Amino acid sequence: MAEGERQRTIPRIGVDEWVATVEERVERGLAGRAREAWGRVPAGVKLASLVVVPALVPLLTQDDYLLQVAIDTVVFMLLAVGLNVAVGFAGLLDLGYVAFFGFGAYTYAMFASDHTGLHFQAPLVLLIVAVTGTALGFLVGLPSWRLVGDYLAIVTLFFLQIFSTILVNGDRLQLPFLEKEIAKLDGGLTRGPNGISNLDPMNWLGWKLTSLTQYFYLALIAFALALVALHSLNNSRIGRAWRALREEPLAAELMGMPVNWLKLLAFATGSVIAALTGTIFAAEQGAVFPSSVDVTVLITLYAMVILGGAGDLAGVAIGAIVISVALEALRTPSNASWVFYIALALTLPALVRPWRWQLVALLVGATVGFGFAVRAIVEAAWPAGTGGRPLGEASIDDWVSSWVLLQRNATPEVPTALGKTAFVALIVAVLGLTVLKGRRRLVALVPTLYLAACVWENVLVPQSAVTRYIILGALLVGMMAARPQGLLGKTRVEIV
Amino acid sequence: MTPVLELRGVTKSFGGLRVLDHVDLTVAEGEIVSLIGPNGAGKTTVFNVITGVYRPDEGDILLDGRSIVGLPPHQITRLGVARTFQTLRLFLNMTVKENVMAAAYGHTKAGLWRSILRTPGQRREEREIERLAEEKLAFFGQRLVGYRFDQPAYSLSYANRRRLEIARAMAAKPRILLLDEPAAGMNPVETQEITQLIGKLRQEAGYTILVIEHDMHVVEGISDRVVALDHGVKIAEGSFEEVATDPRVIEAYLGVQAEAARK
Repeated sequence: MAEGERQRTIPRIGVDEWVATVEERVERGLAGRAREAWGRVPAGVKLASLVVVPALVPLLTQDDYLLQVAIDTVVFMLLAVGLNVAVGFAGLLDLGYVAFFGFGAYTYAMFASDHTGLHFQAPLVLLIVAVTGTALGFLVGLPSWRLVGDYLAIVTLFFLQIFSTILVNGDRLQLPFLEKEIAKLDGGLTRGPNGISNLDPMNWLGWKLTSLTQYFYLALIAFALALVALHSLNNSRIGRAWRALREEPLAAELMGMPVNWLKLLAFATGSVIAALTGTIFAAEQGAVFPSSVDVTVLITLYAMVILGGAGDLAGVAIGAIVISVALEALRTPSNASWVFYIALALTLPALVRPWRWQLVALLVGATVGFGFAVRAIVEAAWPAGTGGRPLGEASIDDWVSSWVLLQRNATPEVPTALGKTAFVALIVAVLGLTVLKGRRRLVALVPTLYLAACVWENVLVPQSAVTRYIILGALLVGMMAARPQGLLGKTRVEIV
Repeated sequence: MTPVLELRGVTKSFGGLRVLDHVDLTVAEGEIVSLIGPNGAGKTTVFNVITGVYRPDEGDILLDGRSIVGLPPHQITRLGVARTFQTLRLFLNMTVKENVMAAAYGHTKAGLWRSILRTPGQRREEREIERLAEEKLAFFGQRLVGYRFDQPAYSLSYANRRRLEIARAMAAKPRILLLDEPAAGMNPVETQEITQLIGKLRQEAGYTILVIEHDMHVVEGISDRVVALDHGVKIAEGSFEEVATDPRVIEAYLGVQAEAARK
């Protein structure tokens, strides 16, 4: 046939089959191999493992604290996969997301507590939340018709701000047609900063959920449903259209996709997940507070989505687990020390490129040696700088106390001059690291790591519940520098 | 017989600049019409008013005798107009196959709930979309098939990206294809190939085609009719020879292209 003939007569110039031989860059090292193995796992197994493994937690422990952490983690997983719809799938920067979580929680408080005297059953409240949450999601999504990127972000952020202002000042709020009813309520509509407590336990047609284990499984079932629904959606024509509008909205519209409608759909889908999660969370806590609807929660959720890899469902859920557990571990000083030093140790392999274990060993040795040398010098020049006792409670704090600088008579409440100076020096050193490259960066890494350890032992460790976001932020910065697309995300190309 | 596409006195201004000035244009069923003119003549604006990106200030645009002015772009696409872009606008981080599958949105139906529940109908539709995409990609021989299906669009060469844009437009099941400079940035071999391909698009796939092109060899090779624009005004229309020898066209191209056209 002429076709075959033509193929043969076309010179190979301009034919680009070589791309096939290059393929994607192969990742190296342990992490690379782990990710490669994870990539070969079928999607169904991945998602199932995200439900089955957490499901074992109540079988292993009945400790109330651990169960509470597990519930919080599943709640974060739900919120993160919900946020991922607008942010990861459709590429819409939605900063109002957390408001929907609060909306679901407060709606439960309105319909199932002594506050209003209404004691609706759980399925009915969930239905109300789903319907009103969808409507509100459409409404908040409307600005996305005309705004993109940072413009959309700032508008939705204002929505969150308005919502939390209403919650805090809700004790003085009046609604049209409901003046009399609201006047009767103790503490106004939302009871302001005090929040609403004594919510009903969830009542499923007479069966009341009271134990933490029950709420854990309820949240996990909700997560499983959300995961399956979003996975199917992501692989459908709607999921493809979301990706298309994320990549190139004009082309998506001109290829027959109703871009405005798809944006609203993305907003509403995420909003419903957040609102229903809020309802479950409120019932489990038995109380709602305006403080659970703030920018800190929003940033934490974004950290989860970005750490896991925006757009990748399993990745986002894993990001939620990692950050939720890390934040909890950082709350107590003894755990926090371990997290801190392990993270510090992990920084090394992440920054050593190309990966060579000899180099890492050399760096570790250099850091240890550097520490002892500095300590010896300081001890000779200024004995008070090394005479302190460790403030941390973990065994690792005892080990490093003979290596780092510790000012004498330090107290947990007031940071020492040494601590403050080291803190400023650390910030300068980290900033310096970002501009240095190659061998200089590796050399600069040694004092930076030592400074970090000094700052930790002198300033941060006694206040770890307060400073945990600093540690988390530092972890994220390091991690994103090494892998901008997140743990499981795919590298995205902006312009080629 | 009603033309597939008809522009009647279409005028479009941006501020004080009149980009299109009472442009009339018809494209009959099965015809290949080329739109030529120097840079800034308003060619791409013609595409933009047809596809609904801009609304014309005056005049009417008819698709199969029905006015499409004021409809949103995605509805115009559903009615049977699909285009490619002069500055490529692929979904770069989606795979080659997904790029084409995405364009089937307009003529497929599965909604939110059917997609979540993966009903048998939805799954059948998905298989059809996939088959359609593979069929459209196979139109370009071996270039976009096989291992290419699952590669991200950004890994493609420039020429292959242009081909993928055409495949994507085809997947929208249009009656009329609008190709915006399909040969731009291609080497001579590829240019020759694209010339043959446009002919094949009409012969085998039965599309009516309106094409913007600067390469006069391509225009000569494919066109049933050529329309020349300059400063938003239609200055000539007819066969390639007629238009290429029209003094006003030669003047518009400031002689450089006119030399080439005389050969």
